[in-house]
Amino acid sequence: MTPRKIVLTFPKEKIDKPIVYKLIKDHNLTFNIMKASITPDQEGHMVLEIDGEAAEIEKGIKYLKDQGVKVEPLSKDIKVNWDKCTQCGVCVAICPTAALYIKDRKTMEVAFDAQKCIACELCIRPCPPRAIEVHF
Amino acid sequence: MAKTTSGEGIRTIEEINEKIKSGKAVVVTAEEIIEIVKKKGTAAAAREVDVVTTGTFGPMCSSGAYFNFGHTRPKIKAGGGKAYLNGVPAYAGWAAVDLYVGATASPDDDPRNKIHPGEFAYGGAHVIEDLVAGKDVRLQVEAYGTDCYPRKHLDSLINIKDLNEAVLFNSRNAYQNYNVAVNLSDKTIYTYLGTLKPKLGNANYCSAGQLSPLLNDPYYKTLGIGTRIWLGGGIGYIVWQGTQHNPHAPRLANGVTKRPAGTLALIGDLKQMSPKWIKGVSFVGYGVSLNVGIGIPIPILNEEILKHTAIADEDIVAAVVDYSDAYPNGKPEVLGEVNYKQVKSGEIEVKGKKVPTAGISSYRRALEIANDLKEQIKKGEFLLTQKVADLPVGDSAPKFKPLKERPVKEDK
Repeated sequence: MTPRKIVLTFPKEKIDKPIVYKLIKDHNLTFNIMKASITPDQEGHMVLEIDGEAAEIEKGIKYLKDQGVKVEPLSKDIKVNWDKCTQCGVCVAICPTAALYIKDRKTMEVAFDAQKCIACELCIRPCPPRAIEVHF
Repeated sequence: MAKTTSGEGIRTIEEINEKIKSGKAVVVTAEEIIEIVKKKGTAAAAREVDVVTTGTFGPMCSSGAYFNFGHTRPKIKAGGGKAYLNGVPAYAGWAAVDLYVGATASPDDDPRNKIHPGEFAYGGAHVIEDLVAGKDVRLQVEAYGTDCYPRKHLDSLINIKDLNEAVLFNSRNAYQNYNVAVNLSDKTIYTYLGTLKPKLGNANYCSAGQLSPLLNDPYYKTLGIGTRIWLGGGIGYIVWQGTQHNPHAPRLANGVTKRPAGTLALIGDLKQMSPKWIKGVSFVGYGVSLNVGIGIPIPILNEEILKHTAIADEDIVAAVVDYSDAYPNGKPEVLGEVNYKQVKSGEIEVKGKKVPTAGISSYRRALEIANDLKEQIKKGEFLLTQKVADLPVGDSAPKFKPLKERPVKEDK
């Protein structure tokens, strides 16, 4: 099955607990940490790609929620503000996974495929109108 | 206008305007004309079509706006003092309450490139966009005070609707063709043509190609000083050739300039414009610029003019330039030439390497402009103008020169 990409937000009191370790070990999942950070006010953010049996993934996500971790699919993470977007295409050459792409070479319309986005954020600063937003 | 065989007059601008007023003008975009000419040939197309509309929407740094904010009581003279708009310095060296804000202006306390590459999150172009969007903007003035203008400080919100005049005035817009930028060095560089990855990691271009105004009238036969245009969603005019106007750039047989060539100085009422078409943009490590939307109608007065509007992306060639060395050091070297069909395909070949491409100028938005102008003309809302004077072209046109430096030695 296809690996799932999730965004985890850890509450302040949980950042010192080995939650991800238990998630992976108890549910026999493979994982790839795509991004991890702790904000100055000590909230933890992690973008995780997990793979394993479907039922175990569901149980794992339940475990995370029981621990007070907010779990969201990664597709919610990066958003293009289409009102701000000038449809130039600068992001297209920068995006490593072609999540930002030219939909139609005749009209040169720029589009975003959230499924392909790995939230690397390489597009954020080069976007001239700063139309690409990170939402946690 | 000089008459040649294909330059034989078919119609005049007055006749086109009569047709526009009666809703009978045949108007097509510079994209649509390509297919029409392929099907019918230039002679038949020229008889059928009255106007071809062009468009472009991209960052144009030599842009700005001036306005008159109205006299205060007691009066203040910003001239000779300092003025800021949302923290961005404005040019105050005019009479009392006129200011000019340039697109690339940055706040005095902006870190710029101190930590390279800088963000350039807000600057003059964003102030102009905020004004156009109808947002309040903070105006701060420090003046020295005179008998007739005693006030020394002003700190007030202003809004475009209260300004006496608000005018977009751009000294160089609508470049006739542009470079395709690449980076041959081994580190990422940050340019006005975007972020360029090392060792030919990507190539960025900046032209609307077959829709671009000056590429569709390469010898400026119809457009010139006084031409009414679509500017920022409102009405504007060509007021002069733009700075760095260089009609001497090498040309293809079809008249298309292979290098950056002609430019336009434009003016228009900022109050009519829309923040969709007058938009502040930030180039990491470079600075702030203003995206300007421009549409220019080309009256089809003869077959020769029509022929030029029928150029397609594959007929327009641009130079690939290394922005890590050749461009910054003013070297004339060019790595090769590519056409716009190639750059728009998403990949070009440079020095035997396949390089992904991206546009800085938006073709999609250029198409929207050309279509909007077309609809306005068809509905009788936009009449064409006869130019008042020609833009420089041919041998008599001034040459575009670099600075001949004459260093000044300071007294020890």
